Amino acid sequence: MNRIDQAFQRYNDRYRLIPFITAGDPDAKTSLELIRLLDEEGVTAIELGVPFSDPLADGPVIQAASDRALAAGMNLRGVLKLAQQARQLGVQTPLILFTYYNPVLHYGVERLVAAAKEAGFDGFIIPDLPLEESEALDRMATDAELHLIPLVAPTSHERIRAIVSKRKGGFIYCVSSLGTTGIRQHFSDGVESFLDEVGSSSPVPIAVGFGISQPHHVEQMSKHADAVVVGSALVRLLESLGERLQQEESRAAALDEVRQMIRNLVGKKGRVTSGR
Amino acid sequence: MSNVGLQEKADKRGRFGSFGGRFVPETLMNALLELEAGYREALADHAFQTELRRLLTEYSGRPTPLTLAENLTRSIGGAKIYLKREDLNHTGAHKINNTLGQGLLAKRMGKKKLIAETGAGQHGVASATVAALLGLECRVFMGEEDVRRQRLNVFRMELLGAEVVPVSSGTRTLKDATNEAIRHWVSHVEDTFYLIGSAVGPHPYPEMVKMFQRVIGDEARAQLLEREGRLPDEVIACVGGGSNAIGMFTAFLSDNKVRLTGVEAAGAGVDTDRHAATLTKGSPGVLHGSLSYLLQNEHGQVLPAHSISAGLDYPGVGPEHAYLKESGRVRYTTATDQEALVAVQTLCQQEGILPALESAHAIAEALKLAANRSHQDVVLVCLSGRGDKDVESIRQGLEGLHDESD
Ligand SMILES: Cc1ncc(COP(=O)(O)O)c(C=O)c1O
Repeated sequence: MNRIDQAFQRYNDRYRLIPFITAGDPDAKTSLELIRLLDEEGVTAIELGVPFSDPLADGPVIQAASDRALAAGMNLRGVLKLAQQARQLGVQTPLILFTYYNPVLHYGVERLVAAAKEAGFDGFIIPDLPLEESEALDRMATDAELHLIPLVAPTSHERIRAIVSKRKGGFIYCVSSLGTTGIRQHFSDGVESFLDEVGSSSPVPIAVGFGISQPHHVEQMSKHADAVVVGSALVRLLESLGERLQQEESRAAALDEVRQMIRNLVGKKGRVTSGR
Repeated sequence: MSNVGLQEKADKRGRFGSFGGRFVPETLMNALLELEAGYREALADHAFQTELRRLLTEYSGRPTPLTLAENLTRSIGGAKIYLKREDLNHTGAHKINNTLGQGLLAKRMGKKKLIAETGAGQHGVASATVAALLGLECRVFMGEEDVRRQRLNVFRMELLGAEVVPVSSGTRTLKDATNEAIRHWVSHVEDTFYLIGSAVGPHPYPEMVKMFQRVIGDEARAQLLEREGRLPDEVIACVGGGSNAIGMFTAFLSDNKVRLTGVEAAGAGVDTDRHAATLTKGSPGVLHGSLSYLLQNEHGQVLPAHSISAGLDYPGVGPEHAYLKESGRVRYTTATDQEALVAVQTLCQQEGILPALESAHAIAEALKLAANRSHQDVVLVCLSGRGDKDVESIRQGLEGLHDESD
């Protein structure tokens, strides 16, 4: 069974969290340590972002992380290697390859699906590959027992059914609000009914992302979704820890700050996950 | 060379052959479907067509003239060179044809806010103009580097009541202005119309922009038939995103004997890494919502483009051009910054016409081609815009040329 599906089936007494990090920010070695840390903290899955020159679904925080990672020499091949290393070190958490479509196309769709499987990935998120363009990749991924995680947006409306109806595993990524990735203070009133709508028509779990940064966001969203994605808030913390993460004497303390943030977000053990 | 079965419209998925499509965040998909429906309805609506024709005539000044470049023809001693004078449009370039079309469509669809991206500023000025005319709000995204190069056009846009948003990410040119425009659109998709300035972007933009620009070629073809009683042997246009070129070529696609040539910017040379020759040196890839040719590295990262002309300084190209290249119907070649500068001087001195730096790339190719042709041959060139906006860049460029030859 695919690790993502297992993760959603497991009983969980904390909020299900799916953190996003940009691979190679600030460097590959740190990314590997972060993956291990997130694995230790029991997150539901990890989104590993492939840095891209033109990340048009991303806001300034993740754009800047992408630039740093590119400058550090990270690329799709490097991200595949990172996953492989994590698996060799015993990481069990599901790994999701987050990438724009052009690096995939350039690598070769079929070749990438095989390489991602080999490296230990469990799924893909490709923000600029809508339903109409994703058929071939979806089929190849399914054959390899990997999931292409589809996105639905508040503007999807009658498209929701077509997007979610045939899913046999993985989860649906619900975009909390219009716009790019980034930290938001407030969410529109419509978000809860949007999540309920997707949840009620989806045969697989749903996750919500874009803008979530605070424990109370996680608590609120978890009433209407099975998991919560946190990207920019984590990436911004990593940015602020920058050099401290890369230097021997300050690394442990910096990693501890990351650990603390994750613990705050997933909630304390014993707290009951309400709702779904 | 054959055009048997040449596809002139995008298919259901928005593809020209294997190129085109819709590679955008899900948030935008319904907006694109809505746009496609709105655009098809408008095309079929007599009132819309009449209003667009009226504005093109009474506001923009169409039809634009066809000028025989007599002195140039005499001095080269080869084929006759005709210029399709898009530079004589209101606002100074072919861009107005498309902005009038899309602006009217936006209004018809009930949108009150326009956004646009611009490189040279011509599309920004045309968008700001149409927004003022139609009473719409307008915000234009422009790379910081282009803001610097095209200061005059920035001022014009502001004078017209538009807000110019300088973009400091990436290469600070058209590519990044487009990223930023898309990001803004994702955030405001419910009340905002994205007025794309070239035959690029997700379906239906490439096909729609071509429909609004085909007036260039349709007019030129009729004008030339009337003047010469025959079709041209060669049709030449510059290619940035490819809107003036596709507007020109469309009228001649099924005239098998007419050779079509698109000219990309070779910048410092196609063997350097400072050029914008996407079809000549790029490979298939996805940027800004469609699958087309792209300048990219071995990891699929988009490479920066370079051209002396801000309007050609773009690492992508419209998907129909990728299709026309692979089908062999259109030949794509390049002109360098230097060749464009020489062409500007030549056209100024011989004909008293100051072309845009973009258009000068097409002129440069025409000068080469005409020289090797007989007096009976006819070369038709799209003079896509006037060079007033470029005077400062041309002055600096020519100084550089002279310094090098010292
Ligand atoms: C005068 C002129 N010609 C050509 C272009 C290039 O665009 P396209 O290839 O879409 O015609 C521009 C773009 O700004 C322009 O201003």
